[in-house]
Amino acid sequence: MGGSGKGRKPWAARGVIGLLLLAPVVALLWVPSYTRVRPRLFGFPFFYWYQLAWVIVGAACLAGAYVLTIRLERQQRRAR
Amino acid sequence: MNRGVDGVALGVFVALFLIVTVIGFLAARWRRAADLMHLDEWGLGGRSFGTFITWFLLGGDLYTAYTFIAVPALVFGAGAVGFFAVPYTVIVYPIIFVFLPRLWSVSHRHGYVTPADFVRNRFDSRALALAVAVTGILATMPYIALQLVGIQVVLDVMGLGGGAGGGPIAHHLPLIVAFGILAAYTYSSGLRAPALIAFVKDALIYLVIAVAIIYIPHQVGGWAHIFDAASKHLAAVNPKTGKPFGSLAIAPAGRWAYGSLALGSALALFMYPHCITAVLSTRDRNVVRRNAAMLPAYSLVLGLIALLGYMAVAAGVKPAGGNAQLAVPELFNTMFPSWFAGVAFAAIGIGALVPAAIMAIAAANLFTRNVYREFLRPGATPAEEARVSKIASLVVKFGALVFVIGLDKSFAINLQLLGGIWILQTFPAIVFGLYSRWFHRFALLAGWAAAMAYGTVVAYGVPVPGRPGSHFGGPTATVPILGQKAYIALTAFALNVVVVVVLTAVFRASHVPAGTDGTVVDDYVADAGDVDLRELPGLLDVTEEAPAVTNRTTSPGR
Repeated sequence: MGGSGKGRKPWAARGVIGLLLLAPVVALLWVPSYTRVRPRLFGFPFFYWYQLAWVIVGAACLAGAYVLTIRLERQQRRAR
Repeated sequence: MNRGVDGVALGVFVALFLIVTVIGFLAARWRRAADLMHLDEWGLGGRSFGTFITWFLLGGDLYTAYTFIAVPALVFGAGAVGFFAVPYTVIVYPIIFVFLPRLWSVSHRHGYVTPADFVRNRFDSRALALAVAVTGILATMPYIALQLVGIQVVLDVMGLGGGAGGGPIAHHLPLIVAFGILAAYTYSSGLRAPALIAFVKDALIYLVIAVAIIYIPHQVGGWAHIFDAASKHLAAVNPKTGKPFGSLAIAPAGRWAYGSLALGSALALFMYPHCITAVLSTRDRNVVRRNAAMLPAYSLVLGLIALLGYMAVAAGVKPAGGNAQLAVPELFNTMFPSWFAGVAFAAIGIGALVPAAIMAIAAANLFTRNVYREFLRPGATPAEEARVSKIASLVVKFGALVFVIGLDKSFAINLQLLGGIWILQTFPAIVFGLYSRWFHRFALLAGWAAAMAYGTVVAYGVPVPGRPGSHFGGPTATVPILGQKAYIALTAFALNVVVVVVLTAVFRASHVPAGTDGTVVDDYVADAGDVDLRELPGLLDVTEEAPAVTNRTTSPGR
């Protein structure tokens, strides 16, 4: 993989990283989308299990952003 | 309530506390440095911590006694609004993922120990750096006090000096002893002590929470029953306010408050000196990023801890004097056998010691670097800096002790939220500064001053629910123009940004001197082991965006 990379566009990678980082923020700041009790899951009202689920989804988003960022920075370092 | 001392629980608590004390003193030898009398060593653990240690250190740092007492207390007392701690600790990670690596890099290059060091060098303004440093110290003091409240609550429930009898000294003696020990090992071991103790703290906390969320729901009739009981309790009318206690999901009127509390707290968190201290103690640029993906494990635990508040409702816990802070310790006391209650109390107590130590170190570093070295003794040697910092850490702890013995502790969370209002106002100078030198130093200073004043006045004007005319009653207030209740810190922050932008435009147009920037573009992406390109003359045109490269020799710490 040379400095330019095969079909790897830095702006595309940056866009994906941005989306991965933005998703949990937007989802949880959009309070009206989840402030209700039903449907329940294992007895947990929606309000609680939905936000707890975002803890896990958010961590996965960050892991993805991490992998992409490292790859991008490595490419840029090589290009320099 | 003083139901007498539970010997078994107290024995376990004291034993674990002693183990931690020994670890705290031994930490001075861990990853031993050639010379501990240097701020990089005492105050930043040698800037050597890898992903694993940092995970424990930051986990111990961010998720404090506040976690174990105040969050479930709020859930216990007011319902869904207390759960804001979960969105808060989710959205904080994408935010820090973006800017902390830049702060790490520039600090690594220039040897900054505090965020104010960076501001000083970037904006060439002693006043702005002082504002950042003083705000950091001011915001950290109540935060340390909050940790003390956490220990005090546990001691009360164990029957040590609880109740009103015995006078103030007897009441606070165990707390004073605990804090004295903490002060002693922080003094001798520096950041290494909390880093090592964090392992014990987290192991205990994960153990207690795992047991609590399996065992307690089983005992009180399952999760569905817990939420049903909570729902019934929250719908009842609070005699103090004449309104329901709260609700199981956020009511429409509370949505702005909920979202703004989460966002404002998330933006503020890594402005706290103790969080930045932990970040700067890492070995390379990517340790922080990896941790941003791994730390949410603690957020999950925090969410479950918040729900302990509802478990306390379902278990029929009636805390002494209606003090919601006692709800969770009382729950442990009621549900667990004595010895395990002792473990749980130790988890909370030690959970307060780790962040309290880091906060004291961070505040001490701010004082040393940005007040003492900047204004009192410009020529201070590294050994002198370390000595001053060590003494300052003692003073800070003593101050927090006075703070907590002298103040009303009824809602510990509000103390922390008041600190949050202040600390968020350093965000423009630090974070905007990481990306752009467009902002003018005097505009940043004016924005900070306006927002500090606004936030403090508004927070002062918020009455305690049911007590008209009282002050500092809560973190939210009606936002001008918007007309909704929102977190004061965020409103003040918006004012801050507006002032900064407008005045920057004015000052730039009228050519007010902006000072010289001591950093270059390349500093913000540097990693450990990188060759410093500026040290290879002629290779790079370093004058780009850095009009005064000669200024480099004056950058702090190098």
